[in-house]
Amino acid sequence: MPDDLNWAIGGEAGDGIDSTGKIFAQALSRAGRHVFTSKDFASRIRGGYTAYKVRTSVDRVESVVDRLDVLIALTQRTVDENMDELHEGSVIIYDGERTTMQDLEIPEGMIGLDVPLKSLAEDAGGAIMRNVVALGAACEVAAFPIDNLAESLEKRFGGKGEAIVENNKRAAELGQEYVQEHYDHEFDYDLETTDNDYVLLNGDEAIGMGALAAGCRFYSGYPITPATNVMEYLTGRIERYGGTVIQAEDELSAINMALGAARAGARAMTATSGPGIDLMTETFGLVATTETPLVIVDVMRSGPSTGMPTKQEQGDLNMLLYGGHGEIPRFVLAPTTVSECFHKAVEAFNLAEKYQTPVYLASDLALAVTEQTFPPEEFDMDAVEIDRGNVVSEDAIDEWSNEKGQFQPHLATEDGVSPRAFPGMAGGAHMTTGLEHDALGRRTEDTDVRIEQVEKRTRKVETAREREDWSPREFGDEDADTLVVSWGSNEGAMREAMGFLEEEDVSVRFLSIPYLFPRADLSADIEAAEEVIVVECNATGQLADVIEHDALTRVKRINKYNGVRFKADELADDVKRALGESAEVTA
Amino acid sequence: MSSQVRFTDFKSDKQPTWCPGCGDFGTMNGMMKALANTGNDPDNTFVVAGIGCSGKIGTYMHSYALHGVHGRALPVGIGVKAANPNLEVMVAGGDGDGYSIGAGHFVHAVRRNMDMTYVVMDNRIYGLTKGQFSPTSREDFETSTSPDGTHQSPVNPLALALAAGGSFIAQSFSSDAQRHAQIVQEAIEHPGFGFVNVYSPCVTFNDVDTYDYFRDSLVDLGEDEDYDETDYDQATEVILDSEKEYQGVIYRDDESVPYNERMGLTEDLSDIPSGAPDDAMDLVREFY
Repeated sequence: MPDDLNWAIGGEAGDGIDSTGKIFAQALSRAGRHVFTSKDFASRIRGGYTAYKVRTSVDRVESVVDRLDVLIALTQRTVDENMDELHEGSVIIYDGERTTMQDLEIPEGMIGLDVPLKSLAEDAGGAIMRNVVALGAACEVAAFPIDNLAESLEKRFGGKGEAIVENNKRAAELGQEYVQEHYDHEFDYDLETTDNDYVLLNGDEAIGMGALAAGCRFYSGYPITPATNVMEYLTGRIERYGGTVIQAEDELSAINMALGAARAGARAMTATSGPGIDLMTETFGLVATTETPLVIVDVMRSGPSTGMPTKQEQGDLNMLLYGGHGEIPRFVLAPTTVSECFHKAVEAFNLAEKYQTPVYLASDLALAVTEQTFPPEEFDMDAVEIDRGNVVSEDAIDEWSNEKGQFQPHLATEDGVSPRAFPGMAGGAHMTTGLEHDALGRRTEDTDVRIEQVEKRTRKVETAREREDWSPREFGDEDADTLVVSWGSNEGAMREAMGFLEEEDVSVRFLSIPYLFPRADLSADIEAAEEVIVVECNATGQLADVIEHDALTRVKRINKYNGVRFKADELADDVKRALGESAEVTA
Repeated sequence: MSSQVRFTDFKSDKQPTWCPGCGDFGTMNGMMKALANTGNDPDNTFVVAGIGCSGKIGTYMHSYALHGVHGRALPVGIGVKAANPNLEVMVAGGDGDGYSIGAGHFVHAVRRNMDMTYVVMDNRIYGLTKGQFSPTSREDFETSTSPDGTHQSPVNPLALALAAGGSFIAQSFSSDAQRHAQIVQEAIEHPGFGFVNVYSPCVTFNDVDTYDYFRDSLVDLGEDEDYDETDYDQATEVILDSEKEYQGVIYRDDESVPYNERMGLTEDLSDIPSGAPDDAMDLVREFY
């Protein structure tokens, strides 16, 4: 058996499944093993099936696999739900004294370990520790040093006093001893420990950490699964840097507060999931047209409507790319791993401020709830650079003002990026509006000014397209005939799949797309490949659609954006010109 | 600097497109006077406005300002104030903006009690969309969308604010220039959420709630020696009085502590270092 273990604890919500799983994952991480966790959970507080799964290896783990080696089953349903992943030799730890588990039939070839979890926990000081007894039993099965579990228990219960810690350690030992005494079976696991130091965190936490590193000092949000953890992470930490988190009354308020903070000069962020993005979309247009830098995190879940709040999906791409009335310049970034959640958050703030544009950070439930180990250097804080873009100093405000001394926050510069003055700066007072506006930020319906401002806002994206690196993350054989393209959390699974494919002599080139807008032009890559496969967690293939669109031959276009509708004769001229003919239609 | 600031410094060079005689002229002038009187200047002032006739105010005033989407001006103001508590934040809106589409934000802004000022230009009608009833329109008010009355009770904004725990609740009349400016000034000076409902008549679409109506019916609490602005019971009585209209500071809670103070918000958050904070690796090590 490889030094790679798939472990799970399952029961009802409210059974302490999450904290038990986390204790085990932390014990493994602190023992220098890599960990990758996943959760099955239902949208309810108590009851219903829930499980916490841990995959661990000495080598880095990037995904889950369809295999379960050791299962702590607190309910019959836990066994039923995981039957597909259990295999010959799988170990099921359960409490046969429990009335609901007495008739449990261990499938042929599997090993049932009947451990009186509750009784042993009571011996150690309280029935509440039955999960810890099970952890002790699991340590014995996996030959994992129980000292590492003890350390993790200290971390978890240290704040509750020494007696609690000691009782928990005792509970774990009782579980271990019980298995030693009652089962002489030789288990095939021997979980090696190493001296490596790893940190264990999930995607929501990594986004929050990236935001703090990038100087985010204002966060407003409304609780929603699976994005809430971003807010919970920032609360209590952002204050260390003078910042604040406001739990708003709804998502409409959340994005408007963040907009206000950003206009006051703070680096500001809000996070939500699809339903919240819907509500924020009106203000998203305002953010864009007032050229306010803002980071908006969408931790996607299954839709439409309230869909399945605790389930994975990448169904929001079209909304992130196209959501909102009118034409809205934006950036859409999608982290592909937990650590990329950190890096992309930092990048999102820089892009937002350099181009004074809203940035969507598209994470997904799989990234949000997955806890993964990393060497701490992967979050290299020294490498974080903060670029605030074209913020003018008080002394330079005059240079950006018109002949009347009025500051011009929407000046149509060559690169499309205007000067920015923070409220409080002398001489910079200006207003800006969601109405079409002039260089001063004031309302206009002047057709020339309309064109100028539309082009200016569009030009910022073009400037960014030229100046920034939008390359995909590339893996595999550069010359392979098969090209796989994916986005978001699928990267890890695909990378691992490539290993399996290689064993079957199937060579693959894999592009993982972290930038959805602007995005790399994949035309040449697609042309060079014989087969192109797009992998994504949605039914209609939203990334596939845009890739097909991008790689098609360019079509001719007629555009008009001065605020006046098409006139028939004028349009006829446009059509003729587009076809290469001379135009002169008279009405 | 403050002594040199005149209220005209808050005026922009844009000519208002409000109808001649619109109550909003007086409302805005009073706001500008109050800002100047309280020692503010355009560079430390942030005005947020919503949609409608009232929303145009940011264009006609000179300060840092944002004209946002319908009903959402208050959250913007809260964000501005949280990010830089040194700024004087004033939010302006109309009765539709504040009590219809933005009613939820209104209630929560009141109870959050951020140190800012909220001025609502209440004309009891939708003006810019050309004369539909508003949330403060009388039940029998006939408009293009209520040909035989609204069939619903009007919102009582003062009662809403009191019920939400308002720490400063006032009402003024845009035509009573000096008194209006004085009331707004008190709202600015109040450490917390200063709410002023301003009767700001619409001369084009509302022929019921007119200048004459308010002039004749308004009772000034400032002239009543027995009225104690800090007395909750007296305030309740006035606010729930369906017979009379009042102006003045109706309720003031001198004991309330504004949200920004409770949260320890004192810094201008626009100032951040050029890299991650010095102790940022501690954030990573927390995950050991």
